[in-house]
Amino acid sequence: MIWLTWRQFRVQAAAGSAALAALAAVLAVTGPGLADDYASGIAACGTDEACEMFARHFFDQHRTSFQAVLAVVLLLPALVGLFWGAPLITRELEAGTHRLAWSQSVTRTRWLAVKLGVTGLASMLVAGLASLAVTWWASPVDRAAGSEFPRMTPLLFDARGIVPIGYAAFAFVLGVTVGMLVRRTLPAMAVTVAVFTAVQIGMPLLVRPYLLPPTRTTVTVTAGNLDALMADGPGRPFQMRVEAPDPNAWILSNETVDRSGRTVKTVPLYPGTGPCARDKGPETCVAEIGRLGYRQRLVYHPSSRFWAFQWLETGLYGVLTAGLGGFCFWWIRRRLS
Amino acid sequence: MTAIMQARGLGKRYGRRWALTDCTLDIPAGHVVGLVGPNGAGKTTLLSIAAGHIAPTTGEIEVVGARPGGDPGHLARVGFVAQETPVYAGLTVAEHLELGARLNPGWDGALARDRIARLGLEPSRRAGRLSGGQRAQLALTLGIAKRPELLILDEPVAALDPLARRDFMRGLMEAAAEQELSVLLSSHLVSDLERTCDYLVVLTASRIRVAGEVEELLATHHRLTGPRRDPARLPAGQHVVSASHTDRQSTLIVRTEDPIHDPAWTVSALSLEDLVLAYMSEPAETGPRRVLEVQR
Repeated sequence: MIWLTWRQFRVQAAAGSAALAALAAVLAVTGPGLADDYASGIAACGTDEACEMFARHFFDQHRTSFQAVLAVVLLLPALVGLFWGAPLITRELEAGTHRLAWSQSVTRTRWLAVKLGVTGLASMLVAGLASLAVTWWASPVDRAAGSEFPRMTPLLFDARGIVPIGYAAFAFVLGVTVGMLVRRTLPAMAVTVAVFTAVQIGMPLLVRPYLLPPTRTTVTVTAGNLDALMADGPGRPFQMRVEAPDPNAWILSNETVDRSGRTVKTVPLYPGTGPCARDKGPETCVAEIGRLGYRQRLVYHPSSRFWAFQWLETGLYGVLTAGLGGFCFWWIRRRLS
Repeated sequence: MTAIMQARGLGKRYGRRWALTDCTLDIPAGHVVGLVGPNGAGKTTLLSIAAGHIAPTTGEIEVVGARPGGDPGHLARVGFVAQETPVYAGLTVAEHLELGARLNPGWDGALARDRIARLGLEPSRRAGRLSGGQRAQLALTLGIAKRPELLILDEPVAALDPLARRDFMRGLMEAAAEQELSVLLSSHLVSDLERTCDYLVVLTASRIRVAGEVEELLATHHRLTGPRRDPARLPAGQHVVSASHTDRQSTLIVRTEDPIHDPAWTVSALSLEDLVLAYMSEPAETGPRRVLEVQR
């Protein structure tokens, strides 16, 4: 059965390996240069300010390739579900060859188990290798990006560490399941992509923030932690944002509260006039905000939780994958013919 | 010998439609069994249940002594060539034999290679580039070389031209004779089965109409022609399968164990095709359906 599964899978496997090899080659050629540039720049910059300037410049310089590589890792699981998962069973159903396979001395449970096992492991392997290669390649850019693009935040979190393996396994089994239900390859591909995209959007918005209880803190605004003071226009009150105590944290909410602890949108200070006029400097403005009793309430996940979240989310996708897999076995025994 | 197939009250429903209703059968081993009926009668449903590919909604079935489709040991004892004789288009002929060898413990590699050589199939040719007849032969080779006790074939020759049809049936008959294989095959054409089957099952509109050895069936069915008369007034023991009347004359096809003595009738023998057609055109009856079985 493994022989047959491999024989049927080998063209797709070759295509996947070729794509992975191409990615690896590009990363291997550019990676060491990137790391050297960053290391020498950081060694030469001297002052903190100069180093920050360098990091910002370095990140801007490599922003395009950083985003391209990010997109590759984000898209990879969807591609796996699309081209490896969805056709796995529909191809057999469309050609009727499942009835040839089931007429051999192999139960259909074993037939499905081997197909799912071999191709599913290949999916996870590809995603794991791609994530590993990209995490290695991008580590200087990630460091340069710093608080502008912390790895705890959605998108970057999804493309680093071990979660891509969980995504690939889930996307693959999702493709197989949809294929079994829809029974036709092209509609199955379309439904797979739609469902997977919905799950990937829903996850960071609706589920991930609650995997662990976030840290809540209310801080006094200082010139050091003030991140932004914005007004919609001249004569409109200011809105505030501050930096979390942990600059690489994933901030879920960043709101202003008044003396009695109520959430307010704005503080009664205006650009151009009063303590926050441009010529006064930030200290005066911040002191006035403090005197009026406004503080900033932060809800965030500190960057130290990166791996805890990686494991939790991979585990969650593992459970989803196992659930869909179990459904596939039930369906093939009871309903499919 | 044990029965190759025993079914009791077997039924299969798809949504609200019954594809097979109240099917009771007892087919002894050692026969080439023809399952005949019009398209959509439920032949594929019955054979798919027998092969274990679908589960029945009601009733019991045993194939070569056990419920179909359960364990690999039982799968090895029943071969199945599905409708349209599917093969993997991307795999070569040799790879199909490899597939058979790897997936079947009782695989007869010499037999398979020999058959492929005799058929003149190139082992390196992709199955997708074979003709319909060659594809059917490849599927048949996989079914035979697995060395089952019973080989089930669902409309294996429906898509073939007459020459390929004859070659296929010849190959099947040779294998059945050489390996003492029981064969159960379906067709919507009696002519496909006439020369090869010694046991016949007629299935129309999801129900079994008649089942029995061909010789017995031919010996117990007669065409009666005579002056017009009400079929209900025939002696007990004469079951009317079909009746047609003109103003003066009645033509009946009856099944009976007894000789026909009434001098008013001209009695003539039926061909197998006539017999099957009579059952296929049998009007839908009211009340509970009789399942006819010819006693051995």
